[in-house]
Amino acid sequence: MYQDASILFQIAGIGIIVAMIHTILKQMGKEEYAQFASIVGFIIVLLFVINGISDLFQEIKSVFLYRG
Amino acid sequence: MMIIQIVSIGIVASLLVLLIKEQKPTFALFIVIFTSIIIFFIVMDYVSTVFGLIQSISSRANINDTYLHTILQIIGISYIAEFGAHITRDAGLASVAAKIELAGKLFIIVLAVPIISAVIETIIGFLPQ
Repeated sequence: MYQDASILFQIAGIGIIVAMIHTILKQMGKEEYAQFASIVGFIIVLLFVINGISDLFQEIKSVFLYRG
Repeated sequence: MMIIQIVSIGIVASLLVLLIKEQKPTFALFIVIFTSIIIFFIVMDYVSTVFGLIQSISSRANINDTYLHTILQIIGISYIAEFGAHITRDAGLASVAAKIELAGKLFIIVLAVPIISAVIETIIGFLPQ
């Protein structure tokens, strides 16, 4: 299921792009839009990671804790 | 040679974390979490093989099934507590990590209560009246 590590590059890429957008918007003087872009990027990556954590917990429950 | 793949994933993840950490520390933490999850899923295939072996040996030795289940649950709790504690410590919350470890130890003792009481019953049974 997680046999490929491409999602790592995806997260790193989103991080770099969001940082770039943040810098550009800040340079243009739009502080609030920069903040907003940061938060949106954060939420997108958070969705990935929450899916991963949920899968991890399910797997641990099914492998280690039979009755869980 | 799965170990080469795991080591490569670790190296790539650390490079990405070093790259990202300057601008966005939160994304670096996300990368750390996801790396742990990926490595866990790779390792899990092999763990289930080992568990199958342990289960077949114990069924051949007529060991009560509850003991094996308790041991597996203890391993699971220790793994998940370690996972959470390390991620929390990476994020800089060392005190919360210590509390997670404390909770893990406590739950392990609670799970081991039936086994400990069984051992004590057996010892009392051996004692002459």
